[in-house]
Amino acid sequence: MVTVNDGKPGLSRRELLKGGGIGALLVISGSAVISPEHAWGLETSALKPETVATLIQMARDIYPHDQLADKYYAIAVKAHDEKAGKDQAYKELVEKGVADLDAKAGGGGYINQSWEDQRVAVLEQIEATPFFQAVRGGLVVGLYNQKAVWPVFGYEGESYSKGGYIDRGFDDIEWL
Amino acid sequence: MAKTFDLKDGSVVVIIGSGAGGGTLGNELAQKGINVVMLEAGRRYEYGEFINDEWESFDQLAWKDKRIASGEWQVAKDFPNLPAWIVKAVGGTSIHWAGASLRLQEHEFKTLSTYGKLDGANLLDWPITLAELEPYYAKAEDKMGVTRTNGIPGLPGNNNFKVMKAGADKLGYKECSTGRMAINSEPRDGRMACQQTGFCFQGCKWGAKWSTLYAEIPKGEATGHLEVRPQSMVLKINHDAGGKVTGVVYADKDGKLHEQKARIVAVAGNSIESPRLLLNSESSKFPDGLANSSGQVGRNYMRHTTGSVYAAFDKPVHMYRGTTMAGIIRDEARNDSSRGFVGGYEFETISLGIPFMAAFLKPGAWGRSFTSALDDYVNMAGLWIVGEDMAREENRITLHEEEKDEYGLPIADVFFDDHPNDTAMRNHAYKQGTALYEAVGAVRTFPTPPYPSTHNLGTNRMSEKPGDGVVNKHGQSHDIKNLFVSDGSQFTSGGAENPTLTIVSLAIRQADYIAKEMAAKNI
Ligand SMILES: Cc1cc2nc3c(=O)[nH]c(=O)nc-3n(C[C@H](O)[C@H](O)[C@H](O)COP(=O)(O)OP(=O)(O)OC[C@H]3O[C@@H](n4cnc5c(N)ncnc54)[C@H](O)[C@@H]3O)c2cc1C
Ligand code: SF4
Repeated sequence: MVTVNDGKPGLSRRELLKGGGIGALLVISGSAVISPEHAWGLETSALKPETVATLIQMARDIYPHDQLADKYYAIAVKAHDEKAGKDQAYKELVEKGVADLDAKAGGGGYINQSWEDQRVAVLEQIEATPFFQAVRGGLVVGLYNQKAVWPVFGYEGESYSKGGYIDRGFDDIEWL
Repeated sequence: MAKTFDLKDGSVVVIIGSGAGGGTLGNELAQKGINVVMLEAGRRYEYGEFINDEWESFDQLAWKDKRIASGEWQVAKDFPNLPAWIVKAVGGTSIHWAGASLRLQEHEFKTLSTYGKLDGANLLDWPITLAELEPYYAKAEDKMGVTRTNGIPGLPGNNNFKVMKAGADKLGYKECSTGRMAINSEPRDGRMACQQTGFCFQGCKWGAKWSTLYAEIPKGEATGHLEVRPQSMVLKINHDAGGKVTGVVYADKDGKLHEQKARIVAVAGNSIESPRLLLNSESSKFPDGLANSSGQVGRNYMRHTTGSVYAAFDKPVHMYRGTTMAGIIRDEARNDSSRGFVGGYEFETISLGIPFMAAFLKPGAWGRSFTSALDDYVNMAGLWIVGEDMAREENRITLHEEEKDEYGLPIADVFFDDHPNDTAMRNHAYKQGTALYEAVGAVRTFPTPPYPSTHNLGTNRMSEKPGDGVVNKHGQSHDIKNLFVSDGSQFTSGGAENPTLTIVSLAIRQADYIAKEMAAKNI
């Protein structure tokens, strides 16, 4: 089971230090990927937590939106952990895909390439693989169909319950 | 309670599909006192049940049974299992549609004589003219409550329209307005006026937009002459030794098979399922499928030359607020080969929410070039290109060799290649659409490839001569007198205009013909 917690992960400073650091922002603790700064954690069940952490970084590099917190990328990739739990072949595809990504990235693996450009250059090498396409394809719905991200893009979503836009700015453009 | 008919009642007209064509035909026949059984593969929802959420609504309404897209068209690469975006529900794609209701132009009924024989195209004149269809267009516009006809005012323009209009003025276009729309600009026909909700593609939760679901079918049911059976997927049309059709076999919601007897069968499953059903109804008497002595069933598949242009500005637009198709430019719809192609195209505003924009703006794209476009979402305006594409024999619906559906029947393979005329037209339209937005200060423009086909046409086309097509000028099959086609697959050519007004006009005309022929005991 994968759970996404919005609350405080409740890690002590000592545990944080003990846990493996990934990138600058995410921490691995036991079977979870944790963002101490933003107080959420993602528990993995089928995939290695390091793998999921890499997927989160990969997700951001594929669809980079600086105004979106890591949490949304984490939610978007958790389906891969769920699917891997049910499908051994899929689990291998993802684990091998990430291992290959790390090998191609060299020194310290994918996640430790500190510039986006460097990571994107690695992604470009694997763009045609089923692994990359599975991750990218999953994000199209997994990331952009989260209602919580819509306001970040200024999209207002459902409008029927508010009576449509007839009195709420359907023709309010002023700059033309 | 609406009337029900017995499976063995062979006096009824069976209509397959309840969309723009089938739903209209059913009501028209019922109004004349003719008994109709309408079999619809999808469920029945009421408009209050529609969902203001793109993917959830897609899941509720779309036809998701597997199909294969093949050929060189972009859709086959981007959406290999979703060649078309159409509805499986009572009301059919008249639930999804945006409401743009334009008549075809005179020359568009005569493409072969107007454009001449084009290499790689299979053009043909319609067996009817605009003049013959005009009285039915008038009836359809009245029935559907089309704005700017019958004294109905136009809809107010939303932000997306205002940007389009400003650009159109700059380019010197003269025919830009909020269009002729089958959307109530004031209460009419027991339905309320548009509330500018902005989810026209997801089904109008106010019922302001015309759909057979609530504007035709209930009226037919009220006569006691129409029974609609939802979740009834027709698998085969049966015939007798003399070659007349006698009924249809359908699967109910539990997969149980039934045979409904019929005096007349009218096929209105949209341009992929209608030919598929005729082909799947092959028999020893008709080894190539029903009504297919010409070999044209499934051929000449048209989908309009489409594409979109989105543009980002440095200030907000909020294009998603209000009617999705909020404006139309008709200046490019003329036939003027000096532009490097025959036929013409319309520009119509379009808007997608963030979920669909992510899926359709540039399928497969990733990285900052793509995501920075989405970051500009609030500042975007958008238009859709809809132009006449050239019928080609090779563009066709066939039965897939291996893959079968849940009933064991071959699924549809939808093959399409652009004709060079289509490509030239699309490129012209991209250029003009881009220029339009740049004229009002766009900072970036995004030429967007075609979506899965929303307009599916031509696969059982009308022809004067039986050798050139599948049905005559009444949609009656050349081969079998009591078999009709009642949807967009009858179109001999596509025109530059959105097809539904023409589909509805043809259905009204066909109802008159069927009633006359039944009374004369010819069928
Ligand atoms: C997003 C979108 C926007 C559009 N906007 C416009 C617009 O603005 N203007 C315009 O003119 N057109 C528009 N269209 C196109 C328009 O909706 C279609 O052209 C029109 O609905 C087609 O009518 P039809 O009767 O051919 O088929 P449909 O309306 O698709 O009806 C076919 C019905 O048959 C059923 N069916 C199929 N096979 C079987 C079977 N074997 N047994 C039982 N039932 C079956 C289907 O479930 C469906 O309900 C739009 C379409 C889409 C998707
Ligand atoms: S914008 Fe108007 S027509 Fe479209 S869904 Fe909303 S109320 Fe209906």
